[in-house]
Amino acid sequence: MSTFLKHPLTLRLLSVLIAAGFWEYLGRIPISPAFPTFLQTMSALGGMLADGSMVSVYPATFQPLLIGLIISSVFGIACGVLMGLNTKAEWFGAPLFIVLQSAPLAALIPLLTFAYGIGLTSKILTVCIMATPVIVLNAYSAVRHTPTSMIEMGQSYLGSNMQIIMKIIIPAASPVIYAGLRLGAAMGFIGAILAELLITPTGIGDLITYNQSIAEYDKMYAAIFSIMAFAVLFIEILERTEYMFFRPDKRVTQ
Amino acid sequence: MSVPAEAVFDAAPEIAVSVNDVTKIYPGGVEALNDMTIQFPKGELTSLLGPSGCGKTTLLKIIAGLLKPTSGTVTVNGIPVTGPGKERAFVFQDFALMPWASVLRNVAFGLELQGMAKSERHAIAEKYIDAVGLKGYENLYPHELSGGMRQRVGLARALAVNAEVLLMDEPFSAVDEQTRRKFQEDLLQVVADEQKTFIFVTHSIEEAVYVSQSIALLLPRPSRVSEIIRPDIRRDISPDAIRRDPVYLDIVERIWQGLRTYVE
Repeated sequence: MSTFLKHPLTLRLLSVLIAAGFWEYLGRIPISPAFPTFLQTMSALGGMLADGSMVSVYPATFQPLLIGLIISSVFGIACGVLMGLNTKAEWFGAPLFIVLQSAPLAALIPLLTFAYGIGLTSKILTVCIMATPVIVLNAYSAVRHTPTSMIEMGQSYLGSNMQIIMKIIIPAASPVIYAGLRLGAAMGFIGAILAELLITPTGIGDLITYNQSIAEYDKMYAAIFSIMAFAVLFIEILERTEYMFFRPDKRVTQ
Repeated sequence: MSVPAEAVFDAAPEIAVSVNDVTKIYPGGVEALNDMTIQFPKGELTSLLGPSGCGKTTLLKIIAGLLKPTSGTVTVNGIPVTGPGKERAFVFQDFALMPWASVLRNVAFGLELQGMAKSERHAIAEKYIDAVGLKGYENLYPHELSGGMRQRVGLARALAVNAEVLLMDEPFSAVDEQTRRKFQEDLLQVVADEQKTFIFVTHSIEEAVYVSQSIALLLPRPSRVSEIIRPDIRRDISPDAIRRDPVYLDIVERIWQGLRTYVE
């Protein structure tokens, strides 16, 4: 019984239950006619899943999201690693990405629309500008903080520069690079939804705005809930891939 | 054995590593070594002993080729050092193990970097994992091992590349005292078995006297070799008897008297 109570999964479920209970309570007061209860939202979610109206919109949201995240990850990690390894790249890149990270990038979306129209390109770029800075800066700082003795070890055992980068620096940096990827993915989800709310209503953004406009608040919240659930799931899967490919040692302690 | 015993003893020992007039000034002007000259005989364990700040780790890293001297040269078997080399292997103070790699992969890593095939390098690694007493731990990760066991992995990695010169940078300083004593005894066995040249940095007088054939006493400000001591203690008695041997205790005391003025 006590092991059941201490199990991480029990605690996670408990935390979800408490949040759901609080939501239900607030919905029942009610704090606003536009705020449905947890159960109403869940039944709306079930209905939308059953009639296919939710499933059909997801491809439209996932297309710019996934393309944007892949571009941001590849480009972001490459940039960050390069900045960590090379002082000139660091001088050139670090100020740029530090500014980009702290800037309210959503303000650039009208500019992107102006330049690239209302199509897929603008949406992909929205995801990219949101996700890339944090991925770059994490990769950069991770590479920068590789323990000196581990690099000296690689040198003293005659590793080539490429071997030292691939076999020592990247695996040593992978936990922080992955932390950046998880934050980047979360930013990417924000970017994808922002694009759908600000550029053209498609996908899950359309579902949110449409249901808001016809006052179907339970459906609107169900749509918001579903994208949040997807984001959490996606980030969890990302974490698993890290353990699988780079850090088998962490699986042992799981 | 046709060579008379006297001839063996009288012959000047062959020199494995020779440090000639080495000066090292770090960027910023800190002078770590000043015109240091010292020679390390082949097949022996020589300790670099001295208080902190005397440049012993700097000297070891210059011999390893990890640092470039500001002036002066280092030769290994008569060949000048320009960078790390196959004939030298390093044992790190903080072990420098890769946390994401198993004991087996860590030990085989030097061979992996040389491009040796997996089955071949794993066979060699297995042999040295056994030699340092870690048989059965091959598939564990460093965080599952104690500090002493981690340094055994570091030692096995250095032995696996079969270098002639082993450079050990305070290898036991991050290990608790009991483990450290056991480790020193095992090191004597490794030195006897492996016929390699060991250069051993330590700040422990007892450790230096216990494990070394010769001790280079380094002093700071300016950094220099003040004395070479050959602690001719008996090796045919038990480890505990050595630690109580008057000769051993006298040498420890003599070194302490020489060093105490440098310790604030």
